[in-house]
Amino acid sequence: MAGQSQERTGQTDVEFRSVTKRFGAVVAVDDVDLRIRAGSFYSLLGPSGCGKTTSLRMIAGFEDPTAGEIFIGGEPVLGVPPYRRQVNTVFQHYALFPHMDVGRNVGYGLRQRRVPREEQERRVQEALDLVRLSAYGRRRVWELSGGQQQRVALARALINHPTVLLLDEPLGALDLKLRKEMQLELKALQHQVGITFVYVTHDQEEAITMSDRIAVMRDGRIQQEGTPTELYDEPANRFVASFLGQSNFFEGELLEDGELAGVRTARGLILWGRRPGSREPLAAGSRATVAIRPERISLAGDPPADAAVDRETATLPGRVLQGTYLGDQSEYQIETDALGPLMVRSINSEGLPAAHFGAGAAVRVAWRARSSLVLGI
Amino acid sequence: MARSTALAPAPERRAAATAAAGARPPTDRATRVVGAVFRGHSALIYLFLYVPIALVILFSFNAGDFAGELRGLSLRWYGEAFGDRFVMKALQTSLIVAFASATLATAFGTIAALALQRVPPALRAVYDGLTYIAIVIPGIVIGIASLVFFVNAFDWFNPLVGSLWPGSLGEAPVLNLGIPTVIGAHVLFTMAIVIVLVRARLAGMDRTLVEASYDLFATPWRTFIQVTLPQLAPAMLAGYLLSFVFSFDEYVIASFVKGQDTTLPILVFSQIHRPPVTPKINAIGTVILTISLSALFIVQLIYRRQTRQARALAEAAAAAEA
Ligand SMILES: Nc1ncnc2c1ncn2[C@@H]1O[C@H](COP(=O)(O)OP(=O)(O)OP(=O)(O)O)[C@@H](O)[C@H]1O
Ligand SMILES: [Mg+2]
Repeated sequence: MAGQSQERTGQTDVEFRSVTKRFGAVVAVDDVDLRIRAGSFYSLLGPSGCGKTTSLRMIAGFEDPTAGEIFIGGEPVLGVPPYRRQVNTVFQHYALFPHMDVGRNVGYGLRQRRVPREEQERRVQEALDLVRLSAYGRRRVWELSGGQQQRVALARALINHPTVLLLDEPLGALDLKLRKEMQLELKALQHQVGITFVYVTHDQEEAITMSDRIAVMRDGRIQQEGTPTELYDEPANRFVASFLGQSNFFEGELLEDGELAGVRTARGLILWGRRPGSREPLAAGSRATVAIRPERISLAGDPPADAAVDRETATLPGRVLQGTYLGDQSEYQIETDALGPLMVRSINSEGLPAAHFGAGAAVRVAWRARSSLVLGI
Repeated sequence: MARSTALAPAPERRAAATAAAGARPPTDRATRVVGAVFRGHSALIYLFLYVPIALVILFSFNAGDFAGELRGLSLRWYGEAFGDRFVMKALQTSLIVAFASATLATAFGTIAALALQRVPPALRAVYDGLTYIAIVIPGIVIGIASLVFFVNAFDWFNPLVGSLWPGSLGEAPVLNLGIPTVIGAHVLFTMAIVIVLVRARLAGMDRTLVEASYDLFATPWRTFIQVTLPQLAPAMLAGYLLSFVFSFDEYVIASFVKGQDTTLPILVFSQIHRPPVTPKINAIGTVILTISLSALFIVQLIYRRQTRQARALAEAAAAAEA
């Protein structure tokens, strides 16, 4: 199966062309264009109600788009019922058939396609081996733990060798530890079987850990699409910057646009920052925001007398409001006269007390202009 | 069925009991007296309910000749009852009626419940209301209404068939009151029972199971057979058994539309009016009771099993979420 994925690389497995889905007055998916490469792990990420599930259900065939076209493996699928689509779904609450044992659940798809009995048995066992439930074929599904049920759901879908596997927050019902384990397992599994995974989640960390590419959605629209690194380092707008990881935001008026842009902030300080590669153009004089990741700011114990800001660096005096020692790192709330409050995270390369600043400590806050971004509001 | 708590799953009962125990106020003399009075009261109620039934059963094993006095125990009257041609004929009639009406009620009731899924909600509420009404309509009303309906229908139908019937086929068939009309009248309300049970099950059924089946290449028809129907099976079986029980010992409606046929309850009732009343009546009554209780016992088992499974699934999910 690994070979199969090699052949298909470069092909597009799922494509949305201007897809819109309305439920009455609600626009769940709004004019979305998507291309999901064959063999990739693709995540739809966004807050609750942004249209992730609806997008997935349109791929599966449970909903039809109000407008636009969907292609699976290059073929238009409008009007093709779910039971004739080469995609399978892992449902959020697994939807295992309670009146069948584990083996019959897993073999369900093969039975519908009238695969010969011996082959069915062989493939069911293979699928159970794959999810490390080899000995569970005869178990009742309601005797399994949540994590085991999740794996049965996975086996039941993967056994059919779908073109695309759809997963709707499949780890949502698991506890944190199991969740982390399953994240790695899922990713490894996807690599092993080489099937395209379309993965829905509202957990940014999960998406970053597992995905080859991520589409960040909001209110039915795609805000940005790219690799996890691109989204983190080059967010196209403030929403993406705040949704993936944390940022300090300082709003103000744009002085000039360019590779490097200056913004006059509320208290009059002019901050310089890089404009992201995928930038939406901004007019001089319009509102803009400077985004700085808390871990890109450095702290030192020698506060300068005044704020000094140029196209290279920003250096400000500040005072620690609160410092939280987290072992490997510390998190600080810093008050600065020039900009107001800001959050800083620093790695503790030395232990207490050398590394950590307590509340009230006067500090030097600094970052390189190129580490900050200037984004549209 | 005797105690309503028997229907509640065991852990809930336990939980309720411990909750009550925890909430119990400090005991003084007055509360102890009140408690004793309440306990005595409920004991009396159940005695009042079950002593007569226990006596009926006890006297069915009477060796003596009269239903009034107990003279040693024997199975004599069971032998008499099963040896009585009329009793056996009535038992047969009752069984035919019960099996047929339960089967028809389950088939049509299930179809109706499925169809109701596709009715707009406002209209569905109306149908639901009508279903409940059908269950509580007094038997005497169903009896009269069915009688009037059947008599009128036959008055209109029989002459019509008679006039159209080709003479070469011999006598024209004449529809009359009898076993089929009893079955028809019983289905009127037993079907409502099935609808209620199946509707409840449908409402509790996970809709994503059907989607999962579609997702795994099953056509709507195969999904219905492999997923929906098995999910409904416990409710259908419960509905079948309850219909059977209600139909088997139903007296009032049957007495209106039975025509020349006699069901077991009607036979029993008519024999009580013809002294001497022998313990044979008790034996018949005990047989009826045994059949009914067995059916109810199975219904209980089905629901126990179902709640146990549902709970196990829910617990696994909850444990995972915790
Ligand atoms: N069947 C439906 N009928 C009406 N509105 C719907 C339906 N399904 C979804 N919606 C609406 O469409 C919007 C998008 O819903 P969707 O389920 O796709 O969100 P989501 O991104 O999956 O959210 P979540 O993270 O909460 O699952 C929501 O406003 C929702 O209320
Ligand atoms: Mg969702």
